[in-house]
Amino acid sequence: MSAAPLFLDRPSPVHRLAPEVKIVATVLFTIVVVATPREHVLPFAGFAVLLAIVAAIARVPAFWLLKRATIELPFVLLAVWLPVAGHGERVDWLGLSLSVDGLYGAWNIVAKGTLGVLASLLLAASTTSRDLIIGLDRLHCPSVFTQIATFMLRYLDVLVDDARRMRIARLSRGYDPRFLWQVKAFAVGVGALFLRAYERGERVYLAMVSRGYTGRLPVTSGEPAPAAQWVASAMLPVASAGIALATVLA
Amino acid sequence: MLAAMDTQAMHIANGIVNGPVSAIFAVIAVAALAYCVRRGRDDLDERLAPMAGLVAAFIFAVQMLNFQVLPGISGHLLGGTLAVILVGPWVGALCVSTVLIVQCLLFGDGGLTALGLNITNMALIGTAAGYLLVVALLKVLPKTPASLSATALIASIISVVAASQGFVLEYALGGTTDLSLPTISGTMAGVHILIGIGEGLIAATTVATVARVRPDLVYALRRFRSAAPTPTEVPA
Repeated sequence: MSAAPLFLDRPSPVHRLAPEVKIVATVLFTIVVVATPREHVLPFAGFAVLLAIVAAIARVPAFWLLKRATIELPFVLLAVWLPVAGHGERVDWLGLSLSVDGLYGAWNIVAKGTLGVLASLLLAASTTSRDLIIGLDRLHCPSVFTQIATFMLRYLDVLVDDARRMRIARLSRGYDPRFLWQVKAFAVGVGALFLRAYERGERVYLAMVSRGYTGRLPVTSGEPAPAAQWVASAMLPVASAGIALATVLA
Repeated sequence: MLAAMDTQAMHIANGIVNGPVSAIFAVIAVAALAYCVRRGRDDLDERLAPMAGLVAAFIFAVQMLNFQVLPGISGHLLGGTLAVILVGPWVGALCVSTVLIVQCLLFGDGGLTALGLNITNMALIGTAAGYLLVVALLKVLPKTPASLSATALIASIISVVAASQGFVLEYALGGTTDLSLPTISGTMAGVHILIGIGEGLIAATTVATVARVRPDLVYALRRFRSAAPTPTEVPA
């Protein structure tokens, strides 16, 4: 697993946007989606169209998005259960007694959850993890966070690599991984894995410190977003807020 | 085990809890994290900085191990107790919230507007409960690796259940659908006791190994150290 498993390397205008404007646009869009009253259906269709336009510009295939959006499945299952378990006024549908409040709740979770996941996926598909941290840094996120996040993403690879090496070492000594019994080998090795990864990481860190690292990696490429990029990315949240306001006022 | 890293969401998604309550918890989370940043900055010396990154990476990896408890109800490890034992409460809370923010932005796991709720449950309630228990238990238990792992096990179970009840509180305040609260509370507690045991075992074996081989890395043991502290040491 690499540190940015969802990044899709495409030459697109969305990929070329500075990370901070994409983060802000995604956050604002999601807030608009969640704030839209659940009794309306049309605005959510409008939001979906907006996301489809962004996906097309970013050259992210629809199938790729749908496959990754299955991350949401546990909540969809919860949504299926809500109309049955909800309280209040009930309606009959195909012989089932369903709660009206539960039906709205299910729609609410499916619509807002799906749109939120799709927006985050588009951000992840068009932004590398390194750019994401640069973006957070430019948005004045405290350096403690960006420092922990930088090391976290780097050490993830160290951790996964060391886990693979230890697994190969076990296999080559006649270990036969089966179903649940692998848990034992994992549990016995987890402490050693942690220490090995730490000592590897500590060496890297000390090497960085001795080369002048003070808590922030030098930015070698890209500049803070020009005004034009802020305007371009603001179109998504502004358009969605327009849709939401228009239906609420209508 | 690590090969089974197909992600499945378990963090609260957008639209589960209503906007105003999400906003209130976002404010709470920001305020609490700002305090953690202030306290954590003093802790983050050259020994703790790589440790914090590794703890965050470790939590990130173990949070991807999902336990399918019932259809539609899965849970994952939270890692708060492991974090407070190894890097202390302030940096620990920062580690867990960094994991949650990155998962939300890079994996779409957990809603952006629910970030405040998720951080409150897992990074604040989970680590606070874990830290208080670790401090209390280490006061009475002997200072050995074995008792440290027992501490990690007990503190993990209780802190995970406490964090799951944070969700119940948030749902009671701003749930978008009227459900019976005792049912949610009972289901969440039941699921998370099992998760807590799994998490506790991982945390216990990990801290036991670290305490045996590199006791200097265990934050929770700092105050019991008899030898003179190293010059880089920042008192807890």
